[in-house]
Amino acid sequence: MTAEPSQAYDATADSQARMRPGRPLVPSATIAGRALVVVIAILTFLAALTASGAQLVANASREWRSSVAREVTIQVRPQPRMDVEGAVSKAAGLARSTKGVESVRVFSKGESERLLEPWLGGGLDLVELPVPRLIVVKLTGEAAASDLGALKDTLRRDVPGASLDDHRLWVERLATMAGGVILVGLVVLGLVIAAAALAIGFATRGALAGAKDIVEVLHFVGADDIFIAREFQSRFLRLGLKGGLIGGGAAAFFLTLAGWLAASLRASPGGNEVEALFGSFEIGWSGYGAIGAVVLLVAAVTALVSRETVRRQLRSMA
Amino acid sequence: MVRFENVGLRYGMGPEVLKDISFEIEPRSFQFLTGPSGAGKTTLLRLILLALRPTRGLVTVFGQDTSRIEKHELTALRRRMGIVFQDFRLLDHLTTYENVALPLRVQGKEEAAYRGEVVDLLKFVGLGERMHVLPPVLSGGEKQRAAIARALITRPDLLLADEPTGNVDPSLARRLLRLFVELHHFGTAVVIATHDLALMDQIGARRLVLGDRQLHIDD
Repeated sequence: MTAEPSQAYDATADSQARMRPGRPLVPSATIAGRALVVVIAILTFLAALTASGAQLVANASREWRSSVAREVTIQVRPQPRMDVEGAVSKAAGLARSTKGVESVRVFSKGESERLLEPWLGGGLDLVELPVPRLIVVKLTGEAAASDLGALKDTLRRDVPGASLDDHRLWVERLATMAGGVILVGLVVLGLVIAAAALAIGFATRGALAGAKDIVEVLHFVGADDIFIAREFQSRFLRLGLKGGLIGGGAAAFFLTLAGWLAASLRASPGGNEVEALFGSFEIGWSGYGAIGAVVLLVAAVTALVSRETVRRQLRSMA
Repeated sequence: MVRFENVGLRYGMGPEVLKDISFEIEPRSFQFLTGPSGAGKTTLLRLILLALRPTRGLVTVFGQDTSRIEKHELTALRRRMGIVFQDFRLLDHLTTYENVALPLRVQGKEEAAYRGEVVDLLKFVGLGERMHVLPPVLSGGEKQRAAIARALITRPDLLLADEPTGNVDPSLARRLLRLFVELHHFGTAVVIATHDLALMDQIGARRLVLGDRQLHIDD
């Protein structure tokens, strides 16, 4: 194209003319963006709570299991004409000589009887009752299952009435429960992401219907489906990130606040229960990392679902 | 370049709105497509633009049979055409400059490579002072000129213009016609759909006349 001399190219005016950076070809008004941001924020909040909750349970369960697994109990049941003190000393000696044992603590007769007080009440004379004697054995991290198995066999053979409880049943139950909670968390997370994907799919179809004239013009000026889908994808990616950050930020704030409240209530009976269940109720860096991962996942799902929805819809258009 | 052979078009089960249309548009040619309002000028342009598919007959565009064309080939063909819509079809959320630059932007070209050309063309069509304005603020004539500039910016092989001077005064209409003629001299085939006899009388170009659902050619 050749301009007339009087309208020759002016470099000064040219330097002022440019695209507005980040100006989308698909206007935000046709997307009902605000409503979608709110929906994505709510779903991200729920997903982030679920993910960090599962993480909290997993961490707590790991702590319970490691503390329970680091300890075994030897029980010596009194039998007729048996030297109980001698049997207890022998069992303690066998435990001390076992590899991987950190410390051995023998509960005295009085201490063993006091353990029954919550059930039998105080002030009872338990002299005639064959109260079992307990030995608590703390293990180092190096204790092998074969060493404990050998100790168990030796006790059964050499100390009448003695048995070893390695709390395996408790550990297995805790592991099953924690695994169940984590599985439920993952299922809920999957459902929330699926719900987000459906909401985004519907919103994209609505946006595309609202921008039908724009899409037609883009086709006529030479835009291919990939270009148009990319325009929608970048728009929805921004919406997804915005909603995700709001929802994830709210979840992080909520959990931080809950942790702070739990810490401040630690001295109360309720606080003790919470601490017994969830430890310090702090999600830690891994929890915040899980929230960040959920935000990124939601944004990625938003972009991918919108892109695929647009591409499918465009295939049916001329 | 474009070839129609016994083309017919009907919507659904209705009567044919175009019947036995046969013509050819040669490269570097200039023609008017005329006829009374409602004769089917816009419909015929949409057939050339591949926005509509004929119900019968053969349409060949740039040597390709359009009945066998794939979606990705369609985009490549449209990039060789420029279209000026009767209702302008500017994107209201983009400035005049951004609208005119749109065909280059969708081709993935860098803005620095075409900025000067876009500004140049905008000045030529008298929109140098209006390049940062959104279309709702433009007058009908200004929108018309922006739409024409958008169609011309890629220097297409074929320009289709639907009533391109319908909203401008006779002086600007003459200037725009001169622009089309200049484009034609640079090697673009031009089809201008109009019922403006005064405009057609200014140059002795070939006329494709639509009437009674059929086409006759007035060379």
